[in-house]
Amino acid sequence: MLLATIATAVVIVALLADLVAPRLREAYLNHRARRARAPRVAGYDPGRELRAEQRARELLRSCVNEEEWAMYRDLGFIRVWGRHDGGGRPPYAYLVYPHKPIVGYLPQTRELLNEYCVEFPDTERPYGSARLPESDDVLAKWMALTGDEERLLKTANLHMPGRQVDPRAVRRDLWRLGEWERHHARRRYASTPDGPDDLRSQAQLPGAD
Amino acid sequence: MKFLRMKPGHGEVLIAEGDPQVAEEERELIEAFRAQLDAGMWAAVPTSAAGGRREAEIVRRFDQIPPDADRVIFFPRAAGGAVGAG
Repeated sequence: MLLATIATAVVIVALLADLVAPRLREAYLNHRARRARAPRVAGYDPGRELRAEQRARELLRSCVNEEEWAMYRDLGFIRVWGRHDGGGRPPYAYLVYPHKPIVGYLPQTRELLNEYCVEFPDTERPYGSARLPESDDVLAKWMALTGDEERLLKTANLHMPGRQVDPRAVRRDLWRLGEWERHHARRRYASTPDGPDDLRSQAQLPGAD
Repeated sequence: MKFLRMKPGHGEVLIAEGDPQVAEEERELIEAFRAQLDAGMWAAVPTSAAGGRREAEIVRRFDQIPPDADRVIFFPRAAGGAVGAG
């Protein structure tokens, strides 16, 4: 009788371990990942960084147009159209991510062109870090791209797609952007009495004004 | 006109404010502008274009700031990023 009870208990423990162990392992890995994400900088204050990011978001919002802001808020990146036109060159654009390379691509084919690795380090390193808040990094890229695209690209380290940003993730983002634009256009259509005339994207293709 | 500077761990900081039409305030703005560029900053003025498009104008001299600009944003100059830095 005792032997049977022990055997049953062993079986139950083994079954429970199978169920519980993966969850415990996942929780442990999540805990480690959360700790790893926090920059290990002396004097790092998560509250201060959060407030800085909130200020940066407000500044970004005040500079870009409504559509670009909504894009960043909903998708986490901004699409910026390339400024160079002519020469039979097809329209091209960039995806601007916070603290990741800028990715150039062809919107018509979704072909990825290049990665432009660029950063804006503050050499004064207030609070020990040279890194701008995420939204400030996006705004700096946006201002540099829309203000002097050529200068920014000359400064950046140019790489083939896939060097730092997973091309599958970028293609997924392009798909998300397409879906988001369709949804956004439908919402604007529904709220605009003039209908399709007002449907043009505010960040429309260059030269389409 | 306001001069704002992006700063790590803080967001933007107001570094100068004044009316460029007033000589003394203009002088102070010019000094602040030069100091930021000497410190390695780039300066940009956010602008609105036709069709709701927004863009920025990079300015390298004080007299390039559009007269109707209400703010200039200074940010660290771009540098080629290292792998993992973006």
